[in-house]
Amino acid sequence: MLSVRRRNERLNQVRWLWSCEQPIQQNGNDAGDPTKQFGKMSTATEIESLVKQEYKYGFVTDVETESAPPGLNEDIVRLISAKKKEPEWMTEWRLKAFRYWQTMKEPTWQFVKYPPVNFQDITYYVAPKSQKDGPKSLDEVDPKLLETYEKLGIPLRERERLAGVAVDAVFDSVSVGTTYRDQLAAKGIIFCSMSEAVREHPDLVKKYIGSVVPYTDNFYAALNSAVFSDGSFVYIPKGVRCPMELSTYFRINAAKSGQFERTLIIADEGASVSYLEGCTAPMRDENQLHAAVVELVALDRAEIKYSTVQNWYPGDEEGRGGIYNFVTKRGLCKGKNSRITWTQVETGSAITWKYPSCILLGEGSKGEFYSVAVVNNRQQADTGTKMIHIGKNTTSTIVSKGISAGRGQNSYRGLVEIRKSATNSRNFSQCDSMLIGAKCGAHTFPYIEVKNTSSSVEHEATTSKIGEDQIFYCNQRGISTQDAVNMIVNGFCKEVFKELPMEFAVEAQKLLGVSLEGSVG
Amino acid sequence: MSKQPILEIENLHAGVENKQILKGFSLTIYPGEVHALMGLNGSGKSTLAAILAGREGYEITQGTVKYLGQDVLEMDPEERAREGIFLAFQYPVEIPGVNSTYFLKAALNEVRKHKGLPELDAMEFLSLVKEKVKLLELNDDLLKRSVNEGFSGGEKKRAEIFQMAVLEPKLAILDETDSGLDIDALKVVSAGVNRLKRPDAAQLVITHYQRLLNYIIPDYVHVMADGRIVKSGGKELALELESQGYEAIVKGQSVAA
Ligand SMILES: Nc1ncnc2c1ncn2[C@@H]1O[C@H](COP(=O)(O)OP(=O)(O)OP(=O)(O)O)[C@@H](O)[C@H]1O
Ligand SMILES: [Mg+2]
Repeated sequence: MLSVRRRNERLNQVRWLWSCEQPIQQNGNDAGDPTKQFGKMSTATEIESLVKQEYKYGFVTDVETESAPPGLNEDIVRLISAKKKEPEWMTEWRLKAFRYWQTMKEPTWQFVKYPPVNFQDITYYVAPKSQKDGPKSLDEVDPKLLETYEKLGIPLRERERLAGVAVDAVFDSVSVGTTYRDQLAAKGIIFCSMSEAVREHPDLVKKYIGSVVPYTDNFYAALNSAVFSDGSFVYIPKGVRCPMELSTYFRINAAKSGQFERTLIIADEGASVSYLEGCTAPMRDENQLHAAVVELVALDRAEIKYSTVQNWYPGDEEGRGGIYNFVTKRGLCKGKNSRITWTQVETGSAITWKYPSCILLGEGSKGEFYSVAVVNNRQQADTGTKMIHIGKNTTSTIVSKGISAGRGQNSYRGLVEIRKSATNSRNFSQCDSMLIGAKCGAHTFPYIEVKNTSSSVEHEATTSKIGEDQIFYCNQRGISTQDAVNMIVNGFCKEVFKELPMEFAVEAQKLLGVSLEGSVG
Repeated sequence: MSKQPILEIENLHAGVENKQILKGFSLTIYPGEVHALMGLNGSGKSTLAAILAGREGYEITQGTVKYLGQDVLEMDPEERAREGIFLAFQYPVEIPGVNSTYFLKAALNEVRKHKGLPELDAMEFLSLVKEKVKLLELNDDLLKRSVNEGFSGGEKKRAEIFQMAVLEPKLAILDETDSGLDIDALKVVSAGVNRLKRPDAAQLVITHYQRLLNYIIPDYVHVMADGRIVKSGGKELALELESQGYEAIVKGQSVAA
């Protein structure tokens, strides 16, 4: 196996370091308090009148099918908020985000290429789709998609839901979801949609939303803050260990959270939770741009494990029609000895742009990032993490495995910043790339900043090619080339897969196989 | 003998790009036989083994290779393996992160599927492994590690023979399995190979040293030079080689030819 070892690679792309130099608002969030920036508040009646204006913009009254016209302005933001029956502070927060967003430019530093997105072409409010719009049965669904479900071993009924088939009966996952919710409620755990949380738990939402990813953070975070559609909200009370993996599978509103998802997870002192996002089945979506925000807050001794399998439609062999996935994910280890672990398996989307990060504020807190990113055909991924050490004795671990096949371009971008206050802190980073074929690329952009002398940072990087020798060795034992590639790639990703919950890991392995199909031989 | 040969190589010419490596190689092997192939470095022994196993990148310009009567050159390498051709590599390849037991189970199940036998589950496979481990006095820690990763030279060779024991091939090609083995390991591995001898299977043992042939007794010994067999004989040929050196034998042969 060809192996090149690079150490302490450093490239000059300073603009990426932290798109906003004021990410941490240590005492909660001024963004949630509209009075700070705006002297006069809109009143409830004003909102009402705005909602009434909707006809002017061509809204259809039929609740089932209504949607806003394409384009974005303050009225649309107000409309979204009103449709969700949000309190005034939420509307104001969205508007502030929108106004801020208007002053921003789309970032261009990432190592991906795509035609410019026209933000005025996007429809920002679409009511839940009527069942009438979906395919009537699996017979009407793209056979290629069905083939993939088959390979992944997804149960038949699940396939229908994923493909958007209209199902009349109350779906399993809904009732399952409700049962789990009762169990969780007994422990004081809140697990609901973001829209519901804004209405039912306004104090918590107000306190924490935007406290980790302020709307000023970056272009897409600002956009998301203005127009976010829905997402999950989780609160684990003091000392409670969440008795099950929380998953979007079980979420009632899981089916279509829309393209601007917003998730907020709070683990109170001594609490712990493991959250699974996404699903291994390829998800089709007409919306090309996805710009989600995920915020995690861990208080003293709390632990949050957030695992993602991202498998949005990557486009065809030429990359046409794939999803642009521009996500801001950040966790704040706010309390002492708290811990946040991000584990991700990224195989989908035409373009992926995400850096799940940890701000290690609490003394002795820990941040971890385990990632597998696969690109094939014309997919592009620019992903990695940021570990910002602020508290004393903080530690972070980064394990990134990038796999490139076809004409795919895979970039790892990681920042390890150890601030002056973060004495005796440590980081270990390992970034391995694997190339399959000669037309793909792997790029590593690690940035390291250490501002005190008692801390240490260790960075290792390797690039390897799947060797013909390895494949021939497998062939000689009766194993086909495709199976050999799967085996070798899964071996390469082992350190990350072992961080995933069991069943998820098994699915992820299969998924990798499907994603790399036909990449060799 | 009216038996069908396991392997029939006739006048094989093959090479890479513009370099001819095999220049008229012929050899026939019948079931139950053990053949030793000896020869100078670079004479083409590993190339022959690779071509038999189906490695890509060689150009075959002349000749035929039949395995149990079939044209083997038309088969994919995995198909040849499933049909019972096994190559113990001179340099076994490391596959990081892939567990040895898992790998071997996948390999065995491919063979079984091909034969129309049911696949073994983890429990059945483990009991088979336990039995074979004893045969080779293998340190079973190796089976818990990634395929060949970090194995010592000798451990890699033992692991190859272990795989052979599990897969039970019809034609085993051992490419310098003895090199890198200490004398104790040599005895153990040879004993293992001998025990794997079956009347319906054959072995082609590539080696430089007569030493191995004290333990694996060949029916035939062939001396290879410059891409073909220059002399064949019984096991005493190996002794002759050892005492006189290749040069004398190769030269004597070319003068005679
Ligand atoms: N892929 C290749 N490209 C160029 N030359 C090759 C290639 N493979 C083999 N050769 C050459 O062909 C000749 C035969 O090589 P081979 O490995 O078959 O020899 P061998 O008899 O196994 O030698 P040894 O006893 O050292 O293992 C050597 O000169 C070698 O350099
Ligand atoms: Mg050789």
